[in-house]
Order: sequence, then C-alpha cells, then structure tokens
Amino acid sequence: MRRVVSLFLPHWSTDRLRRKRTTSPPDRRDGVDANGTSFPLVTAIADHGRRIVAAVDAGASTLGISPGMTITKARSLAPDLEVVEADINADLQGLRQLSFWAGRRYAPIVAADPPDGLWLDITGCAHLFGSERALLKDLHRRVADFGLAVQIAVADTAGCAHAVARHVPAGRPVTIEPGDHRKAIALLPVSALRLDADVVTGLRKLGFDRVEQLIGTPRGPLAKRFGRNLHRRLDQALGTVPEPIEPIFPETLPRARRGFMEPIITADAFVQVIGDLTGDVVAQLGRAGKGARRLDCFFHRVDGHAQAIRVGTAAPSRDSRHLAKLLGARIETIDPGLGIESMTLVVPLVEPMGAEGGEFDAMLRSGRHEPDLAGLVDALSNRFGQRRLYRITPTSSVMPERSVAAYSPLDRRSGVAWDDDLPRPCRMLDPPEPIDVTAMMPDHPPAMFVWRRKRFRVTQADGPERLHGEWWRDRGQEADLPFAVRDYYQVETLTGGRYWVFRVGDGENQSTGPMRWFIHGAFA
Amino acid sequence: MRVPNVLADLRARIAVIEGVSVRHGVLPFGIDEVDRHLPGGGIASGALHEVAGSPDLADDASATIFLTGMLARLDGPVIWCLTWRDLFAPALHLVGLHPDRVIHVEAGSDTQVLLAMEESLRHAGIAGVVGEVGKYSTTASKRLQLAAESSGVTAFVFRRASKVEQGAEGTAAVTRWRVRAAPSLPLGIPSLGRPRWQVDLERVRGGEPRTWLMEGCDAQGRIALPAALVDRPAAQEAHHIAA
Repeated sequence: MRRVVSLFLPHWSTDRLRRKRTTSPPDRRDGVDANGTSFPLVTAIADHGRRIVAAVDAGASTLGISPGMTITKARSLAPDLEVVEADINADLQGLRQLSFWAGRRYAPIVAADPPDGLWLDITGCAHLFGSERALLKDLHRRVADFGLAVQIAVADTAGCAHAVARHVPAGRPVTIEPGDHRKAIALLPVSALRLDADVVTGLRKLGFDRVEQLIGTPRGPLAKRFGRNLHRRLDQALGTVPEPIEPIFPETLPRARRGFMEPIITADAFVQVIGDLTGDVVAQLGRAGKGARRLDCFFHRVDGHAQAIRVGTAAPSRDSRHLAKLLGARIETIDPGLGIESMTLVVPLVEPMGAEGGEFDAMLRSGRHEPDLAGLVDALSNRFGQRRLYRITPTSSVMPERSVAAYSPLDRRSGVAWDDDLPRPCRMLDPPEPIDVTAMMPDHPPAMFVWRRKRFRVTQADGPERLHGEWWRDRGQEADLPFAVRDYYQVETLTGGRYWVFRVGDGENQSTGPMRWFIHGAFA
Repeated sequence: MRVPNVLADLRARIAVIEGVSVRHGVLPFGIDEVDRHLPGGGIASGALHEVAGSPDLADDASATIFLTGMLARLDGPVIWCLTWRDLFAPALHLVGLHPDRVIHVEAGSDTQVLLAMEESLRHAGIAGVVGEVGKYSTTASKRLQLAAESSGVTAFVFRRASKVEQGAEGTAAVTRWRVRAAPSLPLGIPSLGRPRWQVDLERVRGGEPRTWLMEGCDAQGRIALPAALVDRPAAQEAHHIAA
C-alpha cells in the first residue's frame, strides 16, 4: 500500500528569509525591533508595472494581506510592513535542500513540490521509526524546529495528501487511514484539487462547492468547459490514475544506474541487477575511501512510478555481497506492475572507511571463527527497524525501571553490569499493577495478596529493600510523585511462585506515599 | 569400568538411528542424574529445544531463569527475540548472563519472532537464539530445527504462558521442558531460600519423559538437585552420635 506525505509550508518564502537572518544574527535592523517582536513581512514581485505581494507571513496574513494584493494596498493595511523582493530561485533551491534533508532522514522518494511543499513517499519506511505516526511526529517537530510553519498530511494518494495538508488546519500531522482517501477528499472544497484559479471560480459559479458534487456529476460537459485537467486532478486524488513522484537526490552522491531495453519483472532479474549496481557503487566507494551506511535502490516503472527500498548498515560497509543481500531481502516489497525500465542505486549516507576495508573486512580475511554479527544485525534491523534491536546496559538510576538503557547492538561493549547482590525479577511488569494486600502494619510483608482476581497466600518473604525517589529528577519534583518511596518485598506463595511487591510510602509518614501496594514482577 | 563406555557407545548408536543430532556437541547440566537421562549427556547444541512455564507469571519467570542458566554456560552472543518487553536484564546477569552478550530483538508478533529466529540461526558462532512465542506450528518447529542443525547454533523456543494441559502437539524439538515454581525449604528465619522448581522433561527424542525437583540457578547458571531426601543437619547429627 502506497503512503504519500504532503508537507505544506504555508509561509515558506518569508519563513526562509527570517531563518536566513537568524542564522546570520548581527543585522537586526530590519524585521525585528529591539524587543524582538517582528514586523509583518511580505515578498514582492513585479506585475505589469506594479508591485504585488507574492508571499506573506503569519503576521501579515492576520492583518488581511494576501498574495496578489498590490504593495500599496498592503502598506495601507499595515504601515510598518516590511517588503522584500521575492527570490523565486532561492525559494526553489531552499526547497531542494529541504528535500535532500528529508530524503536522508525519512524516505528514499522525496521531491520538492514547488512553490511551498514537499512530497515524501513513505511506503515501507514507517517501521524504521516504530510507526507511521512516530515518523510524522518526528518530521513535524523537526521542520517546526527549523522555524518553519508546517502542515502535514498522509494518505494513500498524493492528491489527497496535498489537499488535506492545505485545507485541514491542525497543529499536528493529519493521517488519512488507508482506504479513506475518497471519503476525505469528498468533503473538501473544489479548490483543494490543485486547479487553476479561473477553473475554481468557474466551478463555483456553476454551484460546485465541494469535491463530492464533482464526483457525482457526469464528466463530459464539465470536461468540455474546463478542460481535461479537472478530471485528471480528481482522478489523481481518488487514486484511479497514477501520480508518480520523481525522487531527487544531490548530484554528488555515489550512484549507479541501469536502464533496460525490455522492462524486467521477475525477482531473479532484480537480484541480478542489484548485484551489478552494488558492484558499481562499491568500486566508487573504494576510490573515495568511504563505506556505505545507507543504500536506496530505486525502481522506475514504465508508467513513471518510482518505488524504492532503503537499507541501512550498522557499520560502514563496502562488502558488495553483503549489501546486495540486504537489498535483495526486501525486493518483495516492490510491485513491478507492467515492468521496471530502469534501476538506480544511490548511497545517501557514507562514512569514512580505510582503504583496507575496515574491521569487518579484516575479520573476514583473518578467518577467525567470529560470528558475523554485523551481517545479522543489518539483516534484522532492516526488517524490524533499528530501534527494535538493542543491547541493554546499566544506568546509574536506582529505580529498577530506569536502571536499564538500550544501546546499539554493535557498539563497543560496555563491560559493566549491575550489582550482584540485589535481587531483581526476571519478568518485569511495567507499569507496576495495583494489588490488594493483607499485611500487618506498619512494615510487615504481605500475608496475602490479590492480583488479577487471584489470591496468593504468602508463606515466606524477604525485605524490605527501600528505594527512594530520585529527588533531582523531573525538575526536583520526583520526590513528591507517586511511586517515589517504595519498600520492596520478595514474597513466596504457597505454590512456590516468587513475586516482587512493593508498598508506596515508608509506612509511617503519610507524606511519602498513600500506603498502596503494587506488584512489579516475578522471580524465578 | 568398561560399562559406562559401552553404554555411551550404545546411546550414540541409538541416537544416530533415531536421527538425534549430537554432532554439534552437548551442554551437560553437570548433574549426573539429569545428564544420564539425555541422549548425548546434555542439551544438544545445534538443535531446537522448547521451554515453557505456565500462565502463571512466576512459572514463566522460573522457566526464564532455567533457560538463562543454560545460555550463561554457553560461549558467545545470544539473540533473544521478544514479542513484548517484560524481560528484565539485571536478573539475567544474576545467573551469569552478562548484558553485553545479549542482543534483544523486539520482533512484534509470533510470526515475526520465528522469522527473526530463523534468520539468526543461520549465523554460525552465535551461542543461542531464544524466541518467545505464544503459539507456533509443527512446520515452524521443523524449519527452526533444520536451521539450527545446519549452523550448529542452539535454538530455544520459549512458549509464553503455555497451559499445562495442552502442549502434546507434534514438534520437531529435541527436548521440551516445563518449569514451574515449587515451594522452597523454609529456612526457619524470615528470609527466602534458594528457589526450587519442578522441572518436567515432557519430551525428549530418544529418551523417556521425566520429572525432577531442582534448585534454581546459582550465579554461574548452574542448577542443582536438592541435597538429599533426608534432612541433612539431622543426618549429620545422627552420624555424630554414632561416632
């Protein structure tokens, strides 16, 4: 299932200008006054001998200034208006830079959507972030951190995502669930279909306000009057005609391409070509003294659609067999349609790697009987996502749930472990679950407890081990939080089961906790 | 003195006939009464083994440590594939499995866990691959057994919350263990003694099912059998009086 993200930057030109200024701070005369509040900002272009507004920022927009208005009129609305000449080339160049950045970080197929947007085809990429939602949140946060106003939508079709990003105001990414794009687009105004302004006005005159009215109307007469573009846009949004996204990437990246006289379809053929392509890029990498950390293989279909698979390696690699194998493991995600007419392999992320080929190659050559962990980790993390693969290392926290941290499986081994003398459960309940306890006051272990509607009679117990909240955490608030002071007991039940239970609070002072009991795990 | 040799020889021959692969060596428990019962004298490397607790979390915990003890005594990295995150590494370290040795894979579902296991089993030199699953099929067990046999990596399927009454369905696993918590010996002071388990060898290829009462792992992952049927201090006392 294809998933396309449309990223809309409503104030791209002006945000870009502001951003440029803040990255070169000294000149603060224009735009920003001494208090740091900014004047409304617009860009201007020449139009038939007049100057008109090309782009507005949020401030100007709230004052009623809109693109297309003459500068004279805009100034009458906002006397302190700042006007800068529009630089369309720089805007476009900036958008390309932004798409390179997004391409490195989120998905192989990314393209600028001028004048003020980006396309990202995130099909098959979401799992690397945990979920589609997590990917979008990350994208939203980072773009906003650049100082750009941003609206994001994701849908099955580019047209739908584009329309929703621009017409559904929301402070967070909008997700149109798979299959819902028809429903979503139907409710939007006709202007959402990326039509020329005069077509939109024409449709309005005829009484067409929303897309659903268009869907239900015979096509012939409308096409005659407004041209074929109207229904092409509609069909693109509905997903009945394809709308390819042509990925762009910086010219400087190592890459290899193969075009085919006859389109290819079979997995075997893909594997063959992938082998050739990796051979080519590995040679380029070798000359540059670099190793690949990420590879994007693009499959260009005869109908113009581009699909891609992206794989990453945990350590820089120039092992063409290894890289080809990683790519080969994912070709099942490619839908060849009527055939693939060309394939491109791009290496968007490289890292320096000695001419000898690095540790990994050296290990292979020396023939030591070491497991090929790098190979395994790459294979697993490309399938399950890098965050789902980790080793555990101790942290300095005394609270059990915070005493473990995950780190990358191929990082240097830490060599440290936890204290040997503290009993810890091997199955941990996170968060701890409340239990009903019969215990003698004030600080005896439970004699009986009820957990998940089952009664457990305690025969023996060990404890308490008192853990104090880490008062320096949560801005010094943790000491006041629930679960801050705990008395832990190991208890053994009548059948021999061993559990870790704790009482919140020290049992004497009410302020340390409400004396409630929880179960936190089970021992062997 | 020759008898054990003859027996070992016979066992090996039977093992070959029954298709039990012992060509990758075995990991003995170090307890004669248990090892004697297993073809090859221990847990066969390069083979599939099943470990289960019960729907009771404490039994799953016991089974976890029983399994961890075996891994701790093997050499090399361990791949532990999980469906959900309740494994707590500090406890594994307490029985000798250092956190640096374990790579956790949060695969997500039973199918994904089995997939991750099979991929990992292809990489020779790994000490063991653990997969925690709820359900899995005979076909899946055959695939894992084959993969383990060809690379020599030992595979452990940990059947989470497995009900005791079920579990008789076919499997290609060489052994199937069920570990449940058993009451420990009261120490007479308000403190816990060494944990005890009831360990059922529910199935073993080329052998008979059997049940033991065991004492939980020590810091090196070694299990033990309870000292004696007689109460040791009392027995010593009797000895003392006799002397």
